[in-house]
Amino acid sequence: MRTSFVFSEVVTGLRRNVTMTIAMILTTAISLGLLGGGLLVVRMVDKMQANYAGKLEVSVLLTNDVSANDKDCTQQPCAGLRSQLEQTSGVETVVFQNRDEGFERFKRIFEAQPELLKLARPEAIPATFRVKLEDPDRTDVIRQAFEGKPGVKAVDDQGKFLERFFEGLNGLRDVALILALIQAFAALLLISNTIQVSAFTRRVEVGIMRLVGATRWYTQLPFLIEAVVAGIIGSVTAVAGLVLFKAFFLDRITRNLTESGIIPPIGYLDILIVSPWLFLVAIVISATTGYVTLRLYVRL
Amino acid sequence: MIRLEHVSKVYKTSTRPALDDVSVEMEKGEFVFLIGPSGSGKSTFLRLLLREEVPTRGRVYVSNFDVAKMSRRRVPRLRQSIGCVFQDFRLLPTKTVAENVAFALEVIGKPRNTIVKVVPEVLQLVGLDGKEDRFPTELSGGEQQRVAIARAFVNRPLVLIADEPTGNLDPDTSQDIMLLLERINRTGTTVIMATHDHGIVDSMRRRVVELSYGKVVRDDARGVYGVGR
Repeated sequence: MRTSFVFSEVVTGLRRNVTMTIAMILTTAISLGLLGGGLLVVRMVDKMQANYAGKLEVSVLLTNDVSANDKDCTQQPCAGLRSQLEQTSGVETVVFQNRDEGFERFKRIFEAQPELLKLARPEAIPATFRVKLEDPDRTDVIRQAFEGKPGVKAVDDQGKFLERFFEGLNGLRDVALILALIQAFAALLLISNTIQVSAFTRRVEVGIMRLVGATRWYTQLPFLIEAVVAGIIGSVTAVAGLVLFKAFFLDRITRNLTESGIIPPIGYLDILIVSPWLFLVAIVISATTGYVTLRLYVRL
Repeated sequence: MIRLEHVSKVYKTSTRPALDDVSVEMEKGEFVFLIGPSGSGKSTFLRLLLREEVPTRGRVYVSNFDVAKMSRRRVPRLRQSIGCVFQDFRLLPTKTVAENVAFALEVIGKPRNTIVKVVPEVLQLVGLDGKEDRFPTELSGGEQQRVAIARAFVNRPLVLIADEPTGNLDPDTSQDIMLLLERINRTGTTVIMATHDHGIVDSMRRRVVELSYGKVVRDDARGVYGVGR
């Protein structure tokens, strides 16, 4: 097999159908970019779940009256609530956090957003019992027992909030993957079409090749490699797109959330880990499509 | 070398067979004219030898190949032992003369050093030395057909099939092409030429196989074109 010959054929083929080739590359790139985005969201959710596992708390927020007048939780109803919480089965620790401490914590979390801090007043932050459970899934017990009790403003379940947040992220992932699938279908049709056009424009060459006794590999491999090369260029473009998206867009809009530790940052390492899958998908899809097209639609 | 045994070919789209119980044998080194009006089955005959078609009935042998029965994977081997020339030359316009000839070797995986050695040789044989770097459009019809013959012959096939090779050429040029085919025939290559050209057939006095409605109606060892008409 003369590789130089096959590759010169590939280059000629790609150049001759340059508009189709570009369309093929772009569609593949967008499809893979969306797939990559979806995979990054999956990684992010995994990381978050690992981060929060065991750290989830239930916050019992106290009323304004208690927050303002009972800094050390020595009076009723605060002291009573604390002992009740401590006696509830399944509760691991109970930490009282008064209004000032709460405000300090708030300032720490949102130090990246000075505008928000300027607006915030300590009076808006309630004193809180931060309750850690042995089983983070059994938050309903606390909610049922303490919601509506005198001195309790609300029971805030981080798990519930996080669940909603994950649902949002998973929705995002699903949308990305569905779009990736639709784009992949378009890419598939384009690859098939490009090969057919390519085979048609080269029908004289291919006719001669057949006539002088070139094997199937010789006649078909250039077309197949053409599709795979376009697929690889597409996946490189997709990875580059993800890097650019991270550098110029994602980092900027998520800076506050990542700096305050609410969501884990997506690093270049994550993109690096995802990209081999994109290459693999590109190669498998373009090669398979190419092979099937040559088998079914192109008589070589 | 070539043997057809009771070969019939019926195309799906036609009720009349293109070839009807044809049996014919051609020896190594023979020069055979295949004549007959359009639609008489000449092209089908040639396509069967190349395994572009498979016979409906009968057997086709070319050299050691049982053409009708062989597996698809072996077809390239068969075709490497047959050279083909057509009325319309079928050269690649984007390649030079030398590249057109080299193409036939490249695509069957011949090594580079063989190619650079044999291409000039065959171009000299067909009388095109000095025109290696011309493009087909810069050549006359006769010269283009010489390139096509060089390409068909460069791999030293056992059989050279020529389907109306002079159909697009004037009589003088046709004569030159015939001389070239004769020279190739003298190297021991079997030449089978389908033609409508009375003058050529009559002047060459070679074996003539005439087809009519898919049947062999005449097989003369030293024939002319229009006997009995």
